[in-house]
Amino acid sequence: MPIRKVMKANEAAAWAAKLAKPKVIAAFPITPSTLVPEKISEFVADGELDAEFIKVESEHSAISACVGASAAGVRTFTATASQGLALMHEILFIAAGMRLPIVIAVGNRALSAPINIWNDWQDTISERDTGWLQFYAENNQEALDLILIAFKVAEDERVLLPAMVGFDAFILTHTVEPVEIPDQELVDEFLGEYVPKHAYLDPSRPITQGTLAFPAHYMEARYTVWEANENAKKVIDEAFAEFEKRFGRKYQKIEEYRTDDAEIIFVTMGSLAGTVKEYVDMLREKGVKVGVAKLTVYRPFPTEEVRELAKKAKVLALLEKNVTFSVGGALFQDFSRALINEKEKPVIVDFILGLGGRDVTFKDLDEALGIAQKALAGEEFDEVNWIGLRKEIL
Amino acid sequence: MAESPFKAEIERVQKEYSEKMTPGAIAVIPGSSVVNKTGSWRVFMPEFNRDKCVRCYLCYIYCPEPAIYLDEENYPVFDYDYCKGCGICANECPVDAITMVREVK
Ligand code: SF4
Ligand code: SF4
Repeated sequence: MPIRKVMKANEAAAWAAKLAKPKVIAAFPITPSTLVPEKISEFVADGELDAEFIKVESEHSAISACVGASAAGVRTFTATASQGLALMHEILFIAAGMRLPIVIAVGNRALSAPINIWNDWQDTISERDTGWLQFYAENNQEALDLILIAFKVAEDERVLLPAMVGFDAFILTHTVEPVEIPDQELVDEFLGEYVPKHAYLDPSRPITQGTLAFPAHYMEARYTVWEANENAKKVIDEAFAEFEKRFGRKYQKIEEYRTDDAEIIFVTMGSLAGTVKEYVDMLREKGVKVGVAKLTVYRPFPTEEVRELAKKAKVLALLEKNVTFSVGGALFQDFSRALINEKEKPVIVDFILGLGGRDVTFKDLDEALGIAQKALAGEEFDEVNWIGLRKEIL
Repeated sequence: MAESPFKAEIERVQKEYSEKMTPGAIAVIPGSSVVNKTGSWRVFMPEFNRDKCVRCYLCYIYCPEPAIYLDEENYPVFDYDYCKGCGICANECPVDAITMVREVK
């Protein structure tokens, strides 16, 4: 029987790691994800998880140790956030290029300067071009589930790419919610034991990993990472379906909420989706035709699903906790790219909000809705809007 | 050179991946310094003056490669297949028996 426990997303992530039975966990503490390795180290110390727990002196070392362990052929896990993830940056490319199915839990946090430990998505969004798969959790249960799914997809022969699962700093990492911990046997069946296909150490099979590629081969190597990302789209759907069958919880790359007959669809990720669902419920009672689309998967970018979604709305209002300079938010770029060659497309309005832990209130959402409604009415509007910005102190 | 104990496996994998990329760009025919000479990117090379040499072996000890071995008369011999031209030997030699000269083809 699955047990239900009240826990923080950090603990949920640690439980996911425990259930996935990685052989090596290497981690360096960083706010707000410190509790993840802390909890895992307890599991290891108590003999509940048979793994090597490597205490390292930086995130660069943490991910490097993971690369080494994964290249040696075992399931590998770590957790980090913000500057820690940024410090891993160069190794993130290496992990993807070497096609090592490492999983990282990321407590999504703003980047310095100024130093800020609270939530936005700039850390993982900044790593969107590393080749890693990216999942975003709305609540603590999703944090647990998506880590299991991330392992499943990452280790699939058709994919073999590392994956990161983001969950919002403090809003999720430090907030308790009831979480269902699935049965170990069911997780074992779902994930299976990790049997490395290409990357493993065996004296009878001498290989060089992470090797040099001359111009004659580098481009092809990069293409295979691209191809693996494309393959991941189908594999993720399969993993979601299998997860639902076994555990009863349904996941989709883009989860839609009250989008049928919606004129304006708010698009967002992470815990903000929960807030916006409430907001949409309230608006629907007043007869306003709005809906929500939540991106559970951000890389590979669900282009086809975005095109389907776009057919349903006149305005897509993107609510983003990240900045891509001169563009707006990263989603704005991705959505524009997905829709640019479509014959019929909705108007896209971009909203940057909630940076560095700024609360996103219904008042903020009203402001966004007002602009989206202007766009809907064919009036002039700004493509990029900073919501809740305190202009008076600038 | 002794034959690799992994010869059969190496040949099998070589055949499988002779024309294809491996996942993760793994080199299935691992390089070895026995095959890959590491002295090929040298810019300067040590030039040895046997007359000056006092056979103190400082060069032999300090060469990081190690690309110096000793001949029957215990004079240093420089192995240019592996010498990377760092110049440490020339710096260490107390009697200036080693000079670094620009490598020319
Ligand atoms: S130049 Fe450097 S590598 Fe070459 S023999 Fe001297 S010490 Fe060794
Ligand atoms: S350091 Fe100079 S003197 Fe000593 S063995 Fe080498 S070449 Fe000869």
